[in-house]
Amino acid sequence: MCDTCNCATRKQTAYHIPGKSIDLPENDRHHHQSEKDRVIQVELDVLSKNNHIAKHNREYFENNAILALNLVSSPGSGKTTTLEKTIASLGGTPLAVIEGDQQTSRDAERIDATGAPVIQVNTGTGCHLDADMIHKAMHQLDLQQNSILFIENVGNLVCPAMFDLGEAYKVAVISVTEGEDKPQKYPTMFHAADVCLINKIDLLPYVNFGVERCKEYARQVNNDLQFFEISATTGQGMEEWINWLKAKVITPTTPDIT
Amino acid sequence: MHELSITMSIIDQAVAAAQAEGASTVNALELEVGALSGVMVDSLEFCFDVASRNTLLEGAKLTVHTINGQGKCLECNLETEVDSLPVQCKNCGQYILSIANGKDIKITSITIDE
Repeated sequence: MCDTCNCATRKQTAYHIPGKSIDLPENDRHHHQSEKDRVIQVELDVLSKNNHIAKHNREYFENNAILALNLVSSPGSGKTTTLEKTIASLGGTPLAVIEGDQQTSRDAERIDATGAPVIQVNTGTGCHLDADMIHKAMHQLDLQQNSILFIENVGNLVCPAMFDLGEAYKVAVISVTEGEDKPQKYPTMFHAADVCLINKIDLLPYVNFGVERCKEYARQVNNDLQFFEISATTGQGMEEWINWLKAKVITPTTPDIT
Repeated sequence: MHELSITMSIIDQAVAAAQAEGASTVNALELEVGALSGVMVDSLEFCFDVASRNTLLEGAKLTVHTINGQGKCLECNLETEVDSLPVQCKNCGQYILSIANGKDIKITSITIDE
């Protein structure tokens, strides 16, 4: 323990072998000041640039009655299929889509085939969308008033959790072919989410996934999560989700941002 | 790995603050990282070594203080520090669902030559 660098209380990667105790060498990064040093006290919020642009995006969405949704999940949960089915089910509701992926325009091509306006953002090596990408992308779309903007984030349950895009709701998608304990493994995302879509419920007879256990794990980190159990493939449960969207687009409201 | 983009923001902001003071090098940098921010300190340190090359911060000592969240049990009102989720109340066993702070990432000081 060192008073200067607070090393005993630092948030570090933890390593566990079941049934064993392991001892890893500590990084030596102790800071010792020299007499020539001049310390400048500052208070700089590192995410302020992203948060500032996100606030601007949010104001734009609210002023134009655009319901912006940030869809987050691990890869393969069925976000794009869910979007395709959602777009088809929404009928005449005006909407647009921003697709985020590291590479390829495949998802944008799938959305384009539905007739919805879409733009693909390729993040390259980046693991998340940020507010500036959304700002640039949304001005390439002809967004209408009283419409929905779906933002499909990069498939990743870690990094997108900390980048506010200016959305009204963060929608976490989890599929029943993943573990029901995902909310426990990735608590930061489920803590940040407002809505949770449990997808691929048509496969429940074939997999060991307890829907109620999954919800219970999620509620341990976020008791305000609203759940929808859906199958984008068969259409099961989609009606409730569509009705929720339609209700929100008429009177969009922003939940408390914490 | 979002730590790399975050580290690059940190370096940009620290460079700007140092230049505003007329400094040509930064000897040390002090950060506060929220335990619930989603940033791993050792990833950040790893990125810092790489991302600080050829900047005013090359070779600077990085000191990171972890800031826990302030949790409050909605059942029995016990207040407790939260360093990870989920967390159960030590008093009544309920999961702690009201959490303030512990999510920010801040630069708190830079050290430059006098």
